[in-house]
Amino acid sequence: MKKKFGIEVDCANCARKVEEAINKVEGVTATVNFMQQKLIVEAPDDRFDALMDEVVKAAKKAEPDCEIAL
Amino acid sequence: MTKKQKKMLKRIIATTLIFLAVVLLEHFGPTIWLVNPIPFLTESRQVPPGEAGYVLSLWPLYLIPYLLIGYDILTKALRNIARGQVFDENFLMAIATVGALAIGEFPEAVFVMLFYQVGEFFQGWAVGKSRQSIAALMDIRPEFANVERNGEVEEVDPEEVAVGEIILIKPGERVPLDGVVIEGNSTLNTAALTGESLPRDIAVGDDVISGCVNLTGVLRVRTTKEYDDSTVAKILDLVENSTAKKSQSEQFITRFARWYTPAVVVAAAVVAIVPSLITGEWAKWVEQACIFLVISCPCALVISVPLTFFGGIGGASRAGILVKGSNYLEALAKTEVVVFDKTGTLTQGVFQVTAVHPVSGEEGELLEKAALAEQYSNHPIARSLRDAWGRELDESRVADVEEIAGRGIKATVDGVTLYVGNDKLMNDVEAKWEACEYTGTTIHLAKAGEYLGHIVISDQVKPDAKEAIAALKRAGVKKTVMLTGDAKAVGEAVGRELGLDQVHAQLLPADKVDRVEQLLEQKSPKATLAFVGDGINDAPVLSRSDVGIAMGALGSDAAIEAADVVLMDDKPSKIAQAISIARKTIAIANQNIYFALGVKAIILVMGAMGKANMWAGAFSDVGVMVIAVANATRALKAK
Repeated sequence: MKKKFGIEVDCANCARKVEEAINKVEGVTATVNFMQQKLIVEAPDDRFDALMDEVVKAAKKAEPDCEIAL
Repeated sequence: MTKKQKKMLKRIIATTLIFLAVVLLEHFGPTIWLVNPIPFLTESRQVPPGEAGYVLSLWPLYLIPYLLIGYDILTKALRNIARGQVFDENFLMAIATVGALAIGEFPEAVFVMLFYQVGEFFQGWAVGKSRQSIAALMDIRPEFANVERNGEVEEVDPEEVAVGEIILIKPGERVPLDGVVIEGNSTLNTAALTGESLPRDIAVGDDVISGCVNLTGVLRVRTTKEYDDSTVAKILDLVENSTAKKSQSEQFITRFARWYTPAVVVAAAVVAIVPSLITGEWAKWVEQACIFLVISCPCALVISVPLTFFGGIGGASRAGILVKGSNYLEALAKTEVVVFDKTGTLTQGVFQVTAVHPVSGEEGELLEKAALAEQYSNHPIARSLRDAWGRELDESRVADVEEIAGRGIKATVDGVTLYVGNDKLMNDVEAKWEACEYTGTTIHLAKAGEYLGHIVISDQVKPDAKEAIAALKRAGVKKTVMLTGDAKAVGEAVGRELGLDQVHAQLLPADKVDRVEQLLEQKSPKATLAFVGDGINDAPVLSRSDVGIAMGALGSDAAIEAADVVLMDDKPSKIAQAISIARKTIAIANQNIYFALGVKAIILVMGAMGKANMWAGAFSDVGVMVIAVANATRALKAK
């Protein structure tokens, strides 16, 4: 399943860092689009919500300033 | 401005005021003399004999503005160190300013931190602005749909409308979902989708495509697709996902950014220690090292290149050219060979009467006879004959219609037996037929042994096709090739007319892939090959070529799916425009890379020689970033 979320990131370098961190979550492929302030997450349907929690955690850890709108 | 930015602005203003107050107090305020020294807080002065020898230093006052402006940087730096993730700009700023404090350069420490935050603030604001203006231009998302439910009109989110519901579209509104008009006439502006502001007339029974703007009348439309399957959603999805496919220069910058910061930090450490050990001028070299650290933020680079590509993709989509990724924009810029499919790409794919040559009498008479004889036939040729005649056909004038397979038709028109068909039919009835100098399908007419003349039907070349090929040549495309399943004579005639370099005719769909593979081998290794088709039967060729371009995509999902670059309308001249936009975008991205790296390199070298000051450092970070962003927005306006 592929889902789009709004994400507030301050700069392109931060977006890069957040993207790298989220992609380290197992089973998740993600793109952070800095221009559109969008996070596109692809993950298996059955575990999506659980993985999404981890995604938010990973993003916060990499860049505490970023906000993901769930 | 976002909440965060407003808060930051307040911090910047407050810090500036406090900082100025402290500076003024230090320089013009009263000097406080003390008899005894206090550790860290006093300095000895040369004093007139008999008076106290120590002056109270005001440095702790500098900590107020320093902490006010820098607390978030310091906490982030500490947090990063705790997690073993050093070497980012927060860490660097912390080191640089704490370093300045340690050597007693208090105003400098505050100033550097303030300057950095002003830079960050300005950067965020400028990037946010240009990001928004680009995003707004590409936003063709319909905000609502007026649905008729239980006899009332409700305004709902387009996503909540089911297939088969009736929606109302008023003048000035955007069509929210794909559908069929059941009531009303209007004109639609398709500019948002095709880049052409040519209004399209719409009447009952016509399809409307979401994303267009309704101009004149109220339309009642029955939806045929859900929002997610509608054209506008597909286009938005495509543009949003386009940044996921990164170009080589973006990948280069990302890789570069990963190494750049640590490398500059190491260089800063070297600059701080090595010359100081030799010359003993610690203060000077630590300051130079701090300048290094200001320059070390890779943000200008990291932002300007993707922003340029984003602008290029945005500019292209405004012109009705959808590019599915930055990598395709890059490939498009390097196009050396353009391969076209013929039918529907260079030609209109509609068969039309191009010549009527009667042996004697009027052209119209011959055409009328042919149209009458063919009036019951469903063959495309019969249809084009009837369209060319264009008037009501009187059924009572025709009798005894007989179709002769592979030959044509025999019919009695106005009491005379007519033979309408190919040369074989003419030979059968022993009519003395003539070949025509025009290329295309020739239909001969004869009555009992007497040849009446012929009509030529051919697929018409698109009006801008010739200019499109010429524009590609001017843009530096070395080879233009046409592939067609048609007869050799037809293909070659079109090729000559348009000025194509090569024509390969009588190809089966599988042959087209082989030809493209041959052409791929022949081209120079770094250049690319683009294939242009209508996206209907050429999916294998589209995917085999470096850049697959599908045209006439308005309303055709197949084309949008199959291609890398999608032209919303069916004008071949858009290809040269796409290449030119791509080239401009790449040029701007390269300018940004060279400019940012160049300025940073120069200032790093100056710093290493001890010749840079903090202003130069700040310029190479913030100034370069602002110039690069301004340059990047030019890509949006590329034509």
